[in-house]
Amino acid sequence: MTCEEVRNKLEPYADSELSAGELAEFEPHLRNCASCAADALGLLQIKRLTRAAGLRYSPTPDFRLRMEQSIRSKSKTPWWSIRFPKLITAAVAVAVLLASVIIWQSHAERDRAYTELADMHVAALASTNPVDVISTDRHTVKPWFAGKLPFSFDLPELQNSDFTLVGGRVAYFEHASGAQLLFTVRKHQMSVFIFRQQSESIPFSMGTSTSTKLAFHMETWSERGLRYFIISDAPASDVNALSKLLRGAAH
Amino acid sequence: MADAQSNFGSFEELAIPLFARLYNFAHWLTQDQSEAEDLVQETCLKALKGFASFQQGTNFRAWMYRILRNTFLTSRSGLKSTTVSLDEEEDDSVEPIASGTPESILLASVEQQTVQGVLEGLSVQFREIILLCDVEEMSYQEIATTLAIPIGTVMSRLSRARRAMRESLIQARAQGASREVSR
Repeated sequence: MTCEEVRNKLEPYADSELSAGELAEFEPHLRNCASCAADALGLLQIKRLTRAAGLRYSPTPDFRLRMEQSIRSKSKTPWWSIRFPKLITAAVAVAVLLASVIIWQSHAERDRAYTELADMHVAALASTNPVDVISTDRHTVKPWFAGKLPFSFDLPELQNSDFTLVGGRVAYFEHASGAQLLFTVRKHQMSVFIFRQQSESIPFSMGTSTSTKLAFHMETWSERGLRYFIISDAPASDVNALSKLLRGAAH
Repeated sequence: MADAQSNFGSFEELAIPLFARLYNFAHWLTQDQSEAEDLVQETCLKALKGFASFQQGTNFRAWMYRILRNTFLTSRSGLKSTTVSLDEEEDDSVEPIASGTPESILLASVEQQTVQGVLEGLSVQFREIILLCDVEEMSYQEIATTLAIPIGTVMSRLSRARRAMRESLIQARAQGASREVSR
């Protein structure tokens, strides 16, 4: 290995990210090159310093106790049964109520998914780099995801519409990778999330629906094994118009 | 969907051992004790509600840190701190460590307080990735899951964060040395 190759891998080395094969090439060089060994030592020393300095804050005993008690009491009792104890008791005995619990659970699942996706939408907008591929050209954005996602999708032609594609990034929804695409319509920003429908983390019971949560308009549908979500503070009519364009592109 | 509670241990068993570290991370993000307590509390509540959907065999720690970070980013102080961040454009290139830098050895003598001051001065984006890697000792894959970014971006952002930190440490050390000389 040359000094340049070693310096390119110094950080993964210090972070214990090199494979056994890479280490076997890397370490003999360090033993024989004082300059690279000094760089590696310096990096490891800064890591050690950072770790010592970073372990700075501890919760107060009072807060810790309060939280532990809270977690213990709530984790023993499912949170939904705290909110609806009578419903849970009755549901065990009454088949009709059991059905209503199933419906309620699907709503809760959908609400949780919407909240998580809304978080991701807001986080992307708050980020200095909301997208990893910046382009208004669908023929640039779509190929960027090749090799990054276990599926492919089609994007619509937006030339005669009010929508503009801003770009995209890889998003993770409960450990399943998918695409997050950013669009604008007038001054509003819209996130489109696309995940595999087969993923266990995507609620199956969501069907096709529209919703308004946390002042965001949302729409979701399933098409050709993919689950689409649109989230935006734009009017519901814009969300619906973009969903029609995306559905058209998938055919 | 896995029955996490019956197959993988209760939320209590998994979450309580992480509590002190979650608080440390929250305090670094918020820079305020009261906000850190609120952030940890909200994170635990959200995680408890979503625990039924947590998949057995996946990384509980990364899942918790991700909830905490997302909660922070949507909080008032989180939005404020990311809005004022002026980081350069993200790319996936990793710059090699500058060679022959004796300052990296000299930095070993930097005081802990100086390192803490430098960490505080970094942008949230840089501070969080350094804390996850060097303090929480997360793997690149765990960091990628926590921050919802590709591993290539983890490596490039980490590299830029460390470069920024090294430059600030050198500057802080030079200022300290000049104060000693003027005495």
